[in-house]
Amino acid sequence: MPKFEKPRSMKDVATHYCPGCGHGLIHRLLCEVIDDLGVRETTVSVAPVGCAVLAYDYWDFDTMEAPHGRTPAVATGLKRVMPDKLVFTYQGDGDLAAIGTSEIIHAGNRGENISVIFVNNGVYGMTGGQMAPTTLKGQTTATSPHTRRVEKEGYPLKITEMMAVLDGVAYLERTSVDSYANIIKTKKAIEKCFRAQLEGKGFSMVEILSPCPTYWGMSPVESMERIRNEVVKEYPLGVIKG
Amino acid sequence: MKKRYLSTGNEACAEGALRAGCLFYAGYPITPQNELIAYMAVHMEGRGGVFIQSESELAAINMVLGSSAAGVRSMTSSSSPGISLKQEGISYMAGCELPGVIVNVMRGGPGLGNISAAQSDYFQATKGGGHGDYSVIVLAPANVQEMFDLTFDAFALADKYRTPVMILSDGMLGQMMEPLEFDEEIKPQGIIEKPWAMTGAANRSAQSIKSLYLGDGALEALNTKLQKKYEHIRTAECKSELYKCDDADIVLVAYGSIGRIARSSIDDLREKGIKAGLIRPITLWPFPYDEIKKVSKKAKKVLVIEMSAGQMVEDVRLAAEDDSKISFHGRTGGGVPTEKEIVEEVKELYA
Ligand code: SF4
Repeated sequence: MPKFEKPRSMKDVATHYCPGCGHGLIHRLLCEVIDDLGVRETTVSVAPVGCAVLAYDYWDFDTMEAPHGRTPAVATGLKRVMPDKLVFTYQGDGDLAAIGTSEIIHAGNRGENISVIFVNNGVYGMTGGQMAPTTLKGQTTATSPHTRRVEKEGYPLKITEMMAVLDGVAYLERTSVDSYANIIKTKKAIEKCFRAQLEGKGFSMVEILSPCPTYWGMSPVESMERIRNEVVKEYPLGVIKG
Repeated sequence: MKKRYLSTGNEACAEGALRAGCLFYAGYPITPQNELIAYMAVHMEGRGGVFIQSESELAAINMVLGSSAAGVRSMTSSSSPGISLKQEGISYMAGCELPGVIVNVMRGGPGLGNISAAQSDYFQATKGGGHGDYSVIVLAPANVQEMFDLTFDAFALADKYRTPVMILSDGMLGQMMEPLEFDEEIKPQGIIEKPWAMTGAANRSAQSIKSLYLGDGALEALNTKLQKKYEHIRTAECKSELYKCDDADIVLVAYGSIGRIARSSIDDLREKGIKAGLIRPITLWPFPYDEIKKVSKKAKKVLVIEMSAGQMVEDVRLAAEDDSKISFHGRTGGGVPTEKEIVEEVKELYA
């Protein structure tokens, strides 16, 4: 029987994530992919500002921080001077789709040969569950107490679909971690995303719908159901480009 | 072999960076530093480096954050409003202890101001600029030659102390043309190992570069370390030029292009029988407090001249023991104190 072990690329420490959070799961998946590709020693990643800010405490490969949203710019600097390294960013929806919109779009448009793991849980977890650009219509958060009303707070931002029109973008897929089958699909998508970079195809990104039980005010199981029943309606799963 | 060129200050600065082994440049167009970004666009790739015209000033400084973290000598340049935008990244570079060179070809402010020369970013450059307790080394060239020389030196300083270094120039210096001379064979100086760089965890354990310290007392420990480093820089790297200060009754204090105008007024004043001298700070941070203290003790009057409403004058006041000796002459918004203006001002003080 195969043993269930920690990936080599993951440090043997407990994470600070809340019970039922998607980050730990996604960390594991990308570490497994890095092991499978045999690139741990040539990987340099950029951690975001947000719940995953301490990612370097969990990943056993080189990782640096970036100011909030500037993650793709930092990755651009790294990759351009080290084209032989696997350079990826790990970003939340606040980092990528709000304060860092400019950086992500222009990194994509330049066709920067980097990979992006975009974790979309529809809220700002780190700061207390405020509304994000990706928050669903009608969702109550700390800063949308009257729910997200499209006439005042605008619409959920489908940034991955926006990125699809950019010629420099090679690969885009949206996945989810709500079920075993989708977790396996997510791992495959991460692998495709990293492979696109290793093959020099240009910008690649996976958007992963992920639960935040704490600020969704739900149990871990209810959170997964919410992704399945509600979130995917706004953010349909599948390959968007490539 | 030494060769002579006719160069703008901005181009001399760019060439100084390339000769210092700068292999990464990211920038965004803004007047009056456009000759610099254009020069990098033309020459960087041919020298084996990377040039990126970024989508914003924020992106430019953060690209430098990334390339510097990879251990590569890196630079960005801009002018005042653009430098304001870069402050976030500069603060991160200081916190992450990343080297890098930032050039500010100052223009008039506040706000959009105008595109003529000014020195009104002195406070921003020397007192921190961004958030947090940090300082950047600030070098103030006074001619085209120094635009080259000080930029060349800046990279070695940045690497030595793992800290951002700023070249504080202005629109006049950036765009004027003058002879520039340097050795064709000149090689990058102060190249050191960077074991901290993000180059992949091969044959060593994984490492990180960060400015986030959450543990009890951890951030205070980082700050203590930074302050110790700054203290060392203060004692080791202070630079100024003294001109005819030995017997001076009246001492002018001016930096950058105004330092140079003030210098010519000294000769004029001496011819008129006024014993004038000049202190020209070359490092604005660390500031040459000791030199100014020494010289101002002997002098009867100290006149600070700036293209600002009076910023460096505060540091001169801190340095000089007798505040009553100090006066200030400043122009703003593109006004340049002329040699004649300075001579008149001194004559008035002298009377
Ligand atoms: S706040 Fe949400 S996203 Fe952040 S760690 Fe907790 S569950 Fe995860």
